This record gives sequence, structure tokens and C-alpha cells, in this order.
Amino acid sequence: MAVLFKKIKRLESQIDNYLDLVVKGGFLFKQGVKYYLEDQTEEFEKRMESIDTTESDADHLRRKIETKLYLETLIPESRGDVLGLLEACDKVLNMTAETLHQFSVEIPFILPEVKNYYIELTEASISALEEMVAAVRAYFADSKRVRDHINKVQLYESESDKIAAKLKRIVFRTDIQLSQKMHMRYFALHIENIADEAEDVCDRLSIAAIKRFN
Amino acid sequence: MIWFYLISGLFLGWSLGANDAANIFGTAVGSRMIKFRTAAIVSAVFVVLGAVISGAGATQTLGKLGAVNAIAGSFTVALSAAVTVTWMTKLKMPVSTSQAIVGAIIGWNFFTGSPTDINSLIKIVATWVLCPLLAAAFAFVFYKITMPVLTRTKIHLLEQDSYNRVGLLLVGAFGAYSLGANNIANVMGVFVPANPFNDLSLGSLFTLSGTQQLFLLGAIAISVGVFTYSYKVMMTVGNDLLKLTPIAALIVVLSESIVLFLFASKGIETWLASHGLPTIPLVPVSSSHAVIGGIVGIVLAKKGRGINIKVLGKISSGWITTPIIAAIISFIALYFAQNVFEQKVVTPGRETKVEIQEIDTKNEIIRKENSDEIIFNENIDDENHSKSNTESTTESDQKNKDKIERDENSIY
Repeated sequence: MAVLFKKIKRLESQIDNYLDLVVKGGFLFKQGVKYYLEDQTEEFEKRMESIDTTESDADHLRRKIETKLYLETLIPESRGDVLGLLEACDKVLNMTAETLHQFSVEIPFILPEVKNYYIELTEASISALEEMVAAVRAYFADSKRVRDHINKVQLYESESDKIAAKLKRIVFRTDIQLSQKMHMRYFALHIENIADEAEDVCDRLSIAAIKRFN
Repeated sequence: MIWFYLISGLFLGWSLGANDAANIFGTAVGSRMIKFRTAAIVSAVFVVLGAVISGAGATQTLGKLGAVNAIAGSFTVALSAAVTVTWMTKLKMPVSTSQAIVGAIIGWNFFTGSPTDINSLIKIVATWVLCPLLAAAFAFVFYKITMPVLTRTKIHLLEQDSYNRVGLLLVGAFGAYSLGANNIANVMGVFVPANPFNDLSLGSLFTLSGTQQLFLLGAIAISVGVFTYSYKVMMTVGNDLLKLTPIAALIVVLSESIVLFLFASKGIETWLASHGLPTIPLVPVSSSHAVIGGIVGIVLAKKGRGINIKVLGKISSGWITTPIIAAIISFIALYFAQNVFEQKVVTPGRETKVEIQEIDTKNEIIRKENSDEIIFNENIDDENHSKSNTESTTESDQKNKDKIERDENSIY
């Protein structure tokens, strides 16, 4: 019995570590975008490398958790939901890493007057990601908090939509090349998508929570 | 020859093991919370313990309904019940072994002209209705208590899963014990009055009475049923019928086990009687009905969403159809056994002897039904009482023996 509970505790801490990595990815993304907008290339590249390592560590840990859940036939009733949630969180983390890579590869031109909007948009999207992680943590232990966090994710997602809309309006009303406008819109869309993806995870989570507590 | 006659009871035991173990471990095994091997071993051990230690209570009630006192009669009655159960299962009709055996005994009563004790019959039928209701009430209360506690305690999903596994195993063991104690009457009850076994002393450790040996045999048949055929049924129950959360499943099995135990426990009956409370009749009840009652309790606790009245109606109809079909099959089978195979399906005048055996094994004050005389058992601790009580018992045994002789003389 003690062995079983020891195993369970280890797995619990692995899931927590995994979620920590997702939050870390969000934080690195936020810093990376900020450094890109401030033209601090060296710092930006460092964040990009870190986010790659974080993503790879998270992938490795997630596979370990999945294997353990299956091999030891743990939480058979909720296993599908848990694995689905972890994979969905991974998708959000991958999006942050990928978007940062696109900044590095494509070096988009950003209008000085919309830089602040990009920072605001990034903050709103990463806040949605952080609340999403908090909601997933609550799903495992504190059922009452799940709903609170999901509500916050929805608020941040709607906030990111508004900021992105404002940003696009400004961009498309300036006298620059269409390709540059399209490029800026494309990056705004990618940052905005992080919040959308976090919201999708929460939609999934709310169903899983209903299944678990009813 | 005796072994041949017991085959029908063993067959009934096998089918009970194959079907009813799923009511206890179905969800746990079907959802892979517990391995089948573990579930089968726990079921087998606890069914045997329950049958041998606590199997007598429900058997006595069946005996009162009709004491099938010739082994060929017992064989035919058990076979009729087994045929009814198999046939109705094939027709996908809801069926309970308890109802089949009661119907088959009544068929024997009709065939042999023995009187059916209406009080016992009413008691048994009332229990069939009471059993799912009680299970529903237990499940409702447990669910209402458990869910808020679980929400407040903030246990991690993985830890909750581990507690649940341990809980399912413990409750499953209790359920298997209760199933053995309650349902052994269905399997071997009809063989008790015609019991071929003598008491067996295993050194100075303990003595197995003839009835206990019979129960042990029946329980082994149930265990064989669990090992050989219950896996399929468990997977069906776990995956198709009982799509419940692990907590709800635990509550359903706990409620079912408590109900089966209540209807089999002599200890609880004595305790209730000694406190002047109404006693719970010791009657073999259907574990399937208890499970369905438990599920309904959970559904009601969730504000009644998803109750299928049609299914409930179908199950209730089984309370009438199963015993009637079993009684008819039993009557016809007994006719063939007696007139075609020339078997003795009834022994006139042996009923009273059975009654004396029951009195001897009881550990409490027994009021004999057909007289006002109170008979004390010799096991009562007080020495003075013991002496006078032994005398009293001997006197009453003598009276009963004289009565049997008179009965036998009048028959021959």
C-alpha cells in the first residue's frame, strides 16, 4: 500500500512539474516578444533557446506521465480526459515556441505605434495560458476553483481579441506596404491564437470536471 | 448417487457465481480498477466464508416456505430453478435466482400437497420489494454525504483513485461475504432438509456441521462460476450497464453489500430483537435488484436525471413472472421425476425432524412455532441455567421424537 501511494505521489509531482514547464514557456514567450520589440536580439535569442529546451523537456515529461498512467492502469475512468488535457496544454506550449521561432526567422517589421499593443496582446494571451494551467491544476484537486479559472481564461481571451482587433485596425489604416500590413496581422493572429487555444483547453476541461464531480 | 443429485445445486451455484459476482466486482474489473484475478480470488474466499459462517439464516426462511425433504425432490427443485434462470437469461428477461428457487419450492409444495407457509411467502415477497428500495435509500444517503466531503477535502485525483481501489476491494470482499451468506440459501437451501452429510471434526480446531459442509460445497461451486465465467459478465456490467463514476460505483456496491448482509445476518436480527425493534427477515434476496436499487438511489441523488421507468417496470415484472415460471417447471419436472424416473421426491413425516435439527443448532432462546414452550440452548453460559435448560431441551426433544413416531405410525 505504501509503495502504491509513493508511486502516486511521484506521479503527482511529475504532473505538477509538467504544468510548471507550460507556465515557464509562457513566461519565456512574453519576455521574448518584449525583447524582440525592444530590438534586444541577443536576449531574444536566449529566450528562444530556453523555450525550445522547455518545450522538449515538457514533451519528454508528458510522455513519461502518459506511459505511467497506462502501464499502471491508473485513473482508468479519467485517464482519457487527463491525457487529452495534458496534450492540449502541450499544444499551447508548442504554439508559444513556434511563434517565437517565426519572429526569429521572418523578422517582421512592427510599426512603432503598435508595439505597445503587441505587448498588451502578449500579456493577455499569456495570462490566459497561466489561468488555463491553474484550471488544470484545480481539476486534479480543488474542484470549486476550476470554474473560477475557466472564467478568467474566457475574460483574457476576449481581451486579447479586442486588443488584436484594435491593433489590426491601426495597421491597416497606415500608409505602408500591404505585405508589411499582412505580416503584422499574421503575427498578431498567432499571439491571439495562444489565448484561443487556452480557451479550447478550458472547454474540454469544463466537460472533464463535470464528468469527474457528478 | 448423492453427488449426482447435488449436481443441480452445484450448477445453480456455478451460474450464480458467474452472474452475481459481476454485481460486486463488475464495475471495478470492467473499468480496470481491479485485476480480474484479484477480484476472483477475493470473491471466492469471501463467498466461502460468508456461506459457511452466516449462510444458515436465509436458508431457514426458505425451509419454512417448504422443506424439500427428499434428495431427488431437492435435485428437481434446484434443477427447475437453474433451468428457469438459464431460460430467462437467454430470453434477456430480468431474472433472480432467489425468485426462481422460491417459485420452484412452491411448485414442490403444490406437487407434494405440502402446505405453503403464507406468512413466510409474504415475508419473502415483501423482501423482494424492500431490497431494491433499501439499496436505493442507502445509496442516496451515502452519495449525499460523500460528494460534499470529497469536494471539501481536496484530495488529488490520483490519490482519490488509490483510495477508491482499496475501497472497492474492501467493499467487494464484504459484498462477496454477504453474497455467500445470503445467496447460499438459493443454491443449497433445498438440500438442507435432505442433507446427506454428517458432522465433520477437524482435529480439536473446529467442527463443520453437515449443513456447513453442504454450504461449503455450494460456495465452491459459486467460486468456480466466478473463476470460469464471470469475467465476460463483469466486462459487460462494467462497460455497458453501470457507466458510473468510480465513487458512485463504490457507493452502489457498498449499498448492495449492506442490504445483502442485513437480510442474512442473524447477529443483527438478534440485536434488533433484544432491543425491541422490528427485525429484518432473513431471506435470500437478489443482488442484481440490490445493484439496480443502488443505481436508482444515485440517480435520485442527482435529482432524478435519466431514470428509465420502462426498465424498472421490466424488472418489477420479473418479481411475478420468474417464480410463476419456476413453479410450473418445478411441478412438471417433479411429475416426471416421480412418475417417469420413479424417484422419491418427498419423504412423508420427515419435516419435524428437520425442525429439531434447527433448534439444536441455535444459540438463542427459540420459541417453537407450534407450541408455547420456550426451549433454551445448552450453550448458554450460566451453569445453573445450562443444567435446567439441557433438561428442558432433552424433554422437548423426547416429546418431538414421540410426535414423529406417532406421525410415522399414522402414515404407515
